[in-house]
Amino acid sequence: MSDAKTLAEAVPPADDLPKGGEAVRTAGWGRMWERSQTLLPTLVALVLLFAMLVYAEAAYGRVFHAGTISSLLVSFAPTIILAVGMTILILTAGIDLSVGAVVAFSSVAGVMLMNIGVNGWIGIVLMILFGALFGLVAGVMVQYFSVQPFIATLAMMFLARGLASILSTTPVVAPADSPLLLLATDWKIVDGPKVNDFTVTPGLLIAVLVVIAAVFFLHRTRMGRTVYGIGGNEASAQLMGLPVARTRVWIYIVSGALAGLAGVVYTAEVGGKAQNVTGLGWELDAIAAVVIGGTLLTGGVGYVLGSVIGVFVIAALRLIITKDGTINPEYLTIITGAVLLAFVLLQRVLTSRSRR
Amino acid sequence: MSRVKAALRTPWFWAIAGIVLLLAVNTVKDPAYLAIGVNPTTGLLTGNLLDILRVAAPIIMIALGMTFVIATEGIDLSVGSMMAVGGAVAMQTLSTLREPDSVGAMLAAIGLAVLLAIVLGVLNGVLVAVVGLQPFISTLIMMLAGRGIARVITGGQNTNATNEPFRQLANGQLLGIPTSFVLAIVIVVLIALLMRRTALGLMIESIGINPRASRLAGIRPRPLLIAVYALSAALAAVGGLFSVSEVMTVSVSGTGNLMEMDAILAVVIGGTSLAGGKFSILGSTVGALLIATLNKTVLFLGVPAAATPAFKALVIIALVLLQSERIRSLAFGGRTTPRIPSGPPSPSAGQGVPVTKEAVG
Repeated sequence: MSDAKTLAEAVPPADDLPKGGEAVRTAGWGRMWERSQTLLPTLVALVLLFAMLVYAEAAYGRVFHAGTISSLLVSFAPTIILAVGMTILILTAGIDLSVGAVVAFSSVAGVMLMNIGVNGWIGIVLMILFGALFGLVAGVMVQYFSVQPFIATLAMMFLARGLASILSTTPVVAPADSPLLLLATDWKIVDGPKVNDFTVTPGLLIAVLVVIAAVFFLHRTRMGRTVYGIGGNEASAQLMGLPVARTRVWIYIVSGALAGLAGVVYTAEVGGKAQNVTGLGWELDAIAAVVIGGTLLTGGVGYVLGSVIGVFVIAALRLIITKDGTINPEYLTIITGAVLLAFVLLQRVLTSRSRR
Repeated sequence: MSRVKAALRTPWFWAIAGIVLLLAVNTVKDPAYLAIGVNPTTGLLTGNLLDILRVAAPIIMIALGMTFVIATEGIDLSVGSMMAVGGAVAMQTLSTLREPDSVGAMLAAIGLAVLLAIVLGVLNGVLVAVVGLQPFISTLIMMLAGRGIARVITGGQNTNATNEPFRQLANGQLLGIPTSFVLAIVIVVLIALLMRRTALGLMIESIGINPRASRLAGIRPRPLLIAVYALSAALAAVGGLFSVSEVMTVSVSGTGNLMEMDAILAVVIGGTSLAGGKFSILGSTVGALLIATLNKTVLFLGVPAAATPAFKALVIIALVLLQSERIRSLAFGGRTTPRIPSGPPSPSAGQGVPVTKEAVG
């Protein structure tokens, strides 16, 4: 697979350019074409999303319905948070396979701490810190000991899942007065007729804030530019004097912390119940969302907002499968796998064309 | 003295030391741990050592397949799901055929299971070798879809079946040793002969060292890669057969769950570098035995089975750190080649690989 690297080298990090109109003008048509190409998978995902929603509305009804949409958004808030962290990592050609297990560990550990009398707010902060700690270890292994990212994070996945199981193999429930539960309060934004209300929760608001912060981080900060630089061509990023080592360790910490935060939001959503089997397969959902959203697995090209669209595609897929009684739920993972494969192949076609 | 030193440098020497250590811990807890008795009703030998061998059989199978995949600088994350697919096909076939004790039904079940696994393995191989996807992505997709395929085959049920010859795979004994372990060792020996008595093993290693150079040397990497992924899937299905024959039930979510980690771990313990380019079949087999011993020990010490991943993770972390150049140069002084100062390798890139590896090619 050595030609994958040359491929990454061949695709310039599109977002190294400032976004202003002047830059686009000077870059000329070639650049414009390249930019639109990096956007193409995201656009395909967006079209697919609308096609799925329209199909679902026509076939089953009650899809473009404030109640349905808002409950879908709320239930996918943890996935959105995970997908943001995963996007930043995949942009550097890294990966984090431990996020699902970290969600399990931090929620079990946090809820148990709250049960032995730790202040709820401190408990929430600790949940995020636990996640960050797993990210730190993975990041150090990747950066300073040259461990392949997927091996390092696979080890973290085992460790987190195992530690969660050592803590408890039965569900633990947060105390009823825990501030954790406040995160799942329903805020009615639009009071529709009957049950057609648009409601959001503080958990969803957190996910939205995370997305906004990530967009700002990637496109408006030096470290964000370094992220694209590492993924585009690490050697030249280093030669340019970008702080590669520091950035890489930090983004693994961020991904871990976001996994801890996803654990907080999810635990709140399910009424404070935490389990060692929570989050099985969530890393795959996050990776699928990132890939569907148009971020290249070889790094350097992609957008956080694309990944959010990717999460919505997966959410719409689940919606259709649950609304349609005839599709066996057994087919769910096969369909998700097939969609993921289709998008990876699309990426492959696009990148091989731009290489010529 | 130098021979002792050479033995100490062999990774599987440390694996054997690990097995001995774990057995010693168990024996301290229960002095009768190593005893082997006879079950009066069945006349079969019983004992913890035999249990370990039985548990080891499926792990040996998936580790063997993973060895060759890793030697090509790839990875196969779908082996656990492939075990579930193999088990599901076998159980579904046996329960549909309704011929409780016929050998024919058993052979049909085994044949179908291996056949379907080979088809899926070829798909993995094509995605890696022809389409050019990163191995861990294509096999990750297969890991996701494979469990779905197992669910579809059994209709979402944990199908069970009765077939005495099939049940004997794991529960029978040959000369006092579990049949599945004997079969696993026979398969290991056959494949080792195939790899080492022909140039096949060498060609696989050459792909792992440098695919472009081996193509120039007249080796065709594509068919070879597809064959390697197909072999890994087929062996994983056999491992799945061993593990379902023990209980005659396939658990679509439990069979082979997280076993891809066991396979990777066994291979790395056995001294095969994740960077590819060389493999040790004996090492992987010993590594698989160590993992089986570890699984049994953790259970025996009263730690919940769900906690074993934590112990395995610590072993993985220790091993990958030992493989890293930074630790090696700290431990052995200036003996090893310096790290190429271009940062850690991305999953697909060959940079950061010790220069010694290039010298082999």
